[in-house]
Amino acid sequence: MTPVIFEHVSLAVGGRTVLSHADFAIESGEFVGVLGPNGAGKTTLMRAMLGLIAASTGHICVLGANARRGNPAIGYMPQTGHAAGSLRLNGADFVLSAANGHRWGRPWAGTVERKNAVWALESVGASELAKRPLSELSGGERQRILLAQALLGKPELLLLDEPLISLDPSNQTAVVDLVKRLQRELGITILFSAHELNPLLGSLDRVLYLGNGQAALGTVDQVITGPVLSRLYASEIEVVRVAGRIFVMSRGHDVETSEHQHDV
Amino acid sequence: MFDYDFMVNAFVAAGIVALVAGIVGFFLVLRGQTFAGHALSHTGFAGATGAGLVGIPPLWGMVGFALIAGIGMGALGERLTGRDVAIGVILALSLGFGLLFLHFYTSYAAQAAALLFGNVLAVDQPTLWGLLGLGIVSLGSLAVIARPLLFASLQPELAEAKGVPLRLVSLMFMAIVALTVAACAQIVGVLLVFTLMVGPAATAVRLTTRLGLGVALAAALALAEAWLGLTFAYYSDWPTSFWITALSSGAYFVSLLPRRISSTIIR
Repeated sequence: MTPVIFEHVSLAVGGRTVLSHADFAIESGEFVGVLGPNGAGKTTLMRAMLGLIAASTGHICVLGANARRGNPAIGYMPQTGHAAGSLRLNGADFVLSAANGHRWGRPWAGTVERKNAVWALESVGASELAKRPLSELSGGERQRILLAQALLGKPELLLLDEPLISLDPSNQTAVVDLVKRLQRELGITILFSAHELNPLLGSLDRVLYLGNGQAALGTVDQVITGPVLSRLYASEIEVVRVAGRIFVMSRGHDVETSEHQHDV
Repeated sequence: MFDYDFMVNAFVAAGIVALVAGIVGFFLVLRGQTFAGHALSHTGFAGATGAGLVGIPPLWGMVGFALIAGIGMGALGERLTGRDVAIGVILALSLGFGLLFLHFYTSYAAQAAALLFGNVLAVDQPTLWGLLGLGIVSLGSLAVIARPLLFASLQPELAEAKGVPLRLVSLMFMAIVALTVAACAQIVGVLLVFTLMVGPAATAVRLTTRLGLGVALAAALALAEAWLGLTFAYYSDWPTSFWITALSSGAYFVSLLPRRISSTIIR
């Protein structure tokens, strides 16, 4: 089964169209890097798959059904590192709060929820880490806790929104390696959005590049090319490969790196 | 001390309110909505004085006004977070209305101090039943919404994706806070509801990183502070509300100490 199918999908946020009549399909078990400049619609795309934003045209099919809110087969890691970072709550209770956390009635988590949370924390190797309060964890450690939370309910599709944001290079590598391992061991389809392509090179199977209301899905060699990116950035783009790394340049500037600096 | 009916009433009333305030207050602190809770108590003041005008018990006037304001704030939902200015304006307006109602109903003016700073020793039997009812409704509803509320407070985007109706949860919680505030104001007054709702919860959050323990600790601290406050007031003849605020803030400051000392040593 193809986990994600977009057919002529247009998405708009606050009257602004971020995606216009896009068609693509993500295959089962793929690791897809979602890239593109700020405001290109990476978060919007994920929120649409989660059923939080309706498509203005076309049809989004996720795991064999229409995109809808509350689909337990989708794991989601939103961009909320800042909020969680100030909590004096331990990681285990934080993860547990999301285990069937939508259920009304009983005020405490049950045995099934507890087992689930323990499994999720073990899967990311954070069982010991989870005993400490979130406020005392490093950025990389906190991302592992958030990743565990996204794994609750053993999802088939994992949507990770900018997990590398404000991490140093070694922590970025650690997070990407961990996600790669989860993809292999659990057979999950992964959409991983990022500002920069290079930390994901070697781990991703295909790239979904967004920009200028369009989407391009393909291998790195198919998508990260001057002609394709020039169309997505709506300006002259040159792709430079140096020592196994790829730089997307516009008039001599590295567009991905400068995007990243704006955001911090 | 327990030979007097009014002291027994005061202990029972303070006990009920402290447990409810401690537990509801924990979620209020966790959500970072303490200022909104404070504003609700001020709308309660307008309600209580307004109730005097139309001749119904102040407790129910307070419940009514705080509930309307709470549901209004809850309906604004997550947009309310950080809206300190708007909340502050509503807070001031409510006190203004309270003053206006007092102006029209001058014989009630003597009650103003009791409304603002509490008068737990004057709690009568009907009020006691009213507090018990408010407490059961507050804690009962909180138990029903506790997990979605916690999820929505800690991870709103994820909770929304998993199907938690954020606005409904926020609205229901603010209604619960309104009921708790109204009950709490009977003990320590509208100006001092922080002392039972926020003080113990803030202390508990400093003392433990565990969620369940934090809730239990907040309730236990609020109960201890309320009962000790009453006891000290009985023997010293100073106001109960003063003693409760002193104990509540004292416990909070002590909870700050060990961390500061330990972090200095580590540095």
